[in-house]
Amino acid sequence: MRFERRLVQPRWLSVAVPIGSVVVAFGLMAIVLLATSHDPIATYRRLFDAAFFANGALTSTLVFCTPIVFTGLAAAAAFRMQLYNIGGEGQFYWGAIAGVGIALYLGDQGVESTPVFVVAMVVAGMLAGAAWAAIPGILRAFFKTNEIITSLMLNYVAGLVLTYLIIDSKSYWRDLESFEGQTFPLGKSIPEEAKWPSWSLGSVLVPLGFGLAIVVAVVLWFVYSRTRFGFELQVIGDSQQTARFAGMRLRRKIIAVMGISGAIAGIGGASYEGDFAYQIDPTGLQSSFFGYTGIVVAALARYNPIAVVPVGFLLGGLQNAGYTLQGADFPSGLVGVMQGLILFCALGGEVLVRYRLRFGRRVVRAERPAEATP
Amino acid sequence: MTSLVASGVNDSFVVLILGSAVLYGTPLLFAALGELLAERSGVLNLGVEGMMLVGAVMGFWAVQTLDVGGSVSLAAALVVAAVAGGLMALIHAFLVITLRANQIVSGLALTIFAGAAGLSSYLGNDLDLSGEPAKHSFAPLDVLGLGDVPVVGPIVFDQSALVYLSWACVLAIALYLGRTRPGLNVRAVGESPATADAMGIGVTLHRYLHTVAGGALAGIGGACFSLQITPQWVSGLTGGAGWIAVALVIFAFWRPDLCLVGAYLFGAFSALPLLLQARGWLTGVPAEVFIALPYVMTIVVLVAVSSGAAKRRLGAPAALGIPYVREER
Repeated sequence: MRFERRLVQPRWLSVAVPIGSVVVAFGLMAIVLLATSHDPIATYRRLFDAAFFANGALTSTLVFCTPIVFTGLAAAAAFRMQLYNIGGEGQFYWGAIAGVGIALYLGDQGVESTPVFVVAMVVAGMLAGAAWAAIPGILRAFFKTNEIITSLMLNYVAGLVLTYLIIDSKSYWRDLESFEGQTFPLGKSIPEEAKWPSWSLGSVLVPLGFGLAIVVAVVLWFVYSRTRFGFELQVIGDSQQTARFAGMRLRRKIIAVMGISGAIAGIGGASYEGDFAYQIDPTGLQSSFFGYTGIVVAALARYNPIAVVPVGFLLGGLQNAGYTLQGADFPSGLVGVMQGLILFCALGGEVLVRYRLRFGRRVVRAERPAEATP
Repeated sequence: MTSLVASGVNDSFVVLILGSAVLYGTPLLFAALGELLAERSGVLNLGVEGMMLVGAVMGFWAVQTLDVGGSVSLAAALVVAAVAGGLMALIHAFLVITLRANQIVSGLALTIFAGAAGLSSYLGNDLDLSGEPAKHSFAPLDVLGLGDVPVVGPIVFDQSALVYLSWACVLAIALYLGRTRPGLNVRAVGESPATADAMGIGVTLHRYLHTVAGGALAGIGGACFSLQITPQWVSGLTGGAGWIAVALVIFAFWRPDLCLVGAYLFGAFSALPLLLQARGWLTGVPAEVFIALPYVMTIVVLVAVSSGAAKRRLGAPAALGIPYVREER
């Protein structure tokens, strides 16, 4: 077997390969399930039922997929330029902290208009996420420090900030008044008016955050494929040297892209709070792994912002099913294994997009002089 | 009388922290040595965290299941952990060497697949491992009865077999890479695979072997947590140690001896919050500040190393992260 580089990459392959990799991943997962003596067909039936078909399943899948679409867009924005921001997790936490913070503050000031709350939370989350992502961005731009490790380390720090705010201090975010809050560390709930509205489509509730995610996806697609800024990012992503010779300002672009990526993850955090959580819950936030799932989504969508939305919906469904079904007979970690397998298959499938597989021996062999082969 | 004096010195904060630095640094050392082997052959593997967790859970499972007496069980557990870590690395090796996938994304995929929310947690649940202490765990050996010697006793002589094994690994890897013909071949593959290929060195084989060996060492590193430090199975018990190990390799300029220094430095940062808590010192400062220390210090150290090293590319294998395709040279 050998690989031949494709001169032209057919368009249909870039759609077929991700779909194929999801199918193959489900096949591989079935082997894992069989090996650990679970019935794959029954497990899959329950999985899909809980994700998409059961009563109210679509509504909760939309709630789960909204943060994942945001973190997926955040990862896609950075990875496309070969900037591996895996700090989406921490930037998401900061978006949540800032979003809840501003909602609590405005509530204390007597603000009662929902649109004001929504705009304020989005802006606050965006700024907080961007600021947190700017740290690895600046370090990368000025000191060439590996952004993968720094952005990841900052995830742990952001997680500790969450714990500190709710469990280890009497911060503004902590509920110190209610009875529950005094017996057990709890986050303060945002005011009723600050909770984001949702649209009902038949029996399905679409959260405002999901609509916002689609808007962000379209804007990101437009910026990356239809503007000069986006073009320059593509050149930098393909070859830093070319970009430098062409006079593009690398440092600014690196910081800008990290900032954009963090801002999107931050909006995700704010929308998670406004749509669903309404308070800072350190364990809930840290056990959801929204940031890491976003990386899987982005890679499977081949860093195309528009494709992130349907892929995020699929993986959000899995996440929702894993959450709904968790218990003794539905092993935890199954969804993570599934996501890892999907990502492996997507990566392996990439070879089919770039290369053509040829089986059998080389024809060139025949032209060699006979004495060369002993 | 002398022993009284000795125990006084040995209970001092400095000696305690150095002793714990070795304890907490050992998993980092194993994992960093493994990553170093893979990177010296040109393969960047960011899946260390995942491989460590799978090693930790499988090592723990082995000790609970193969209950055949302390040291035999523990030795078997290390073998199981190494095999588990090696198998995880094999997935990465196949994707990046044979299929030429992006090494960064594949490593991330491995961490997601095997990590805290993935296979390690799935296995821990499925094999019903959480909640019980390990039936056997690695304990300090008190070599030659020298554990009470002032200062060096607790740091050097009162450690577990894992620590001595890690020292043997440092020595073996340093000699292998620096003083032997096969080691030279590995370095050639990592620096200039095309040249190595022309010399008749199997690039693919070398990369496979060293990536898998690296995974095995990461698996043993994970087992250090579940069989000595914790010692039980808790999902995600490594808490980012795998990533610190990746950073350590950069910090150590890809040299095994410096990995040892770096691992103990970060071991000390990890041990500090516990020791401060035990002594009741600095209680006014939130505990989170100290827990965040290893993570923040990793960033600080990386910045310090990368700004200077970027100019000279100190030690980094030239072909690190680049797939080798003979037809596309």
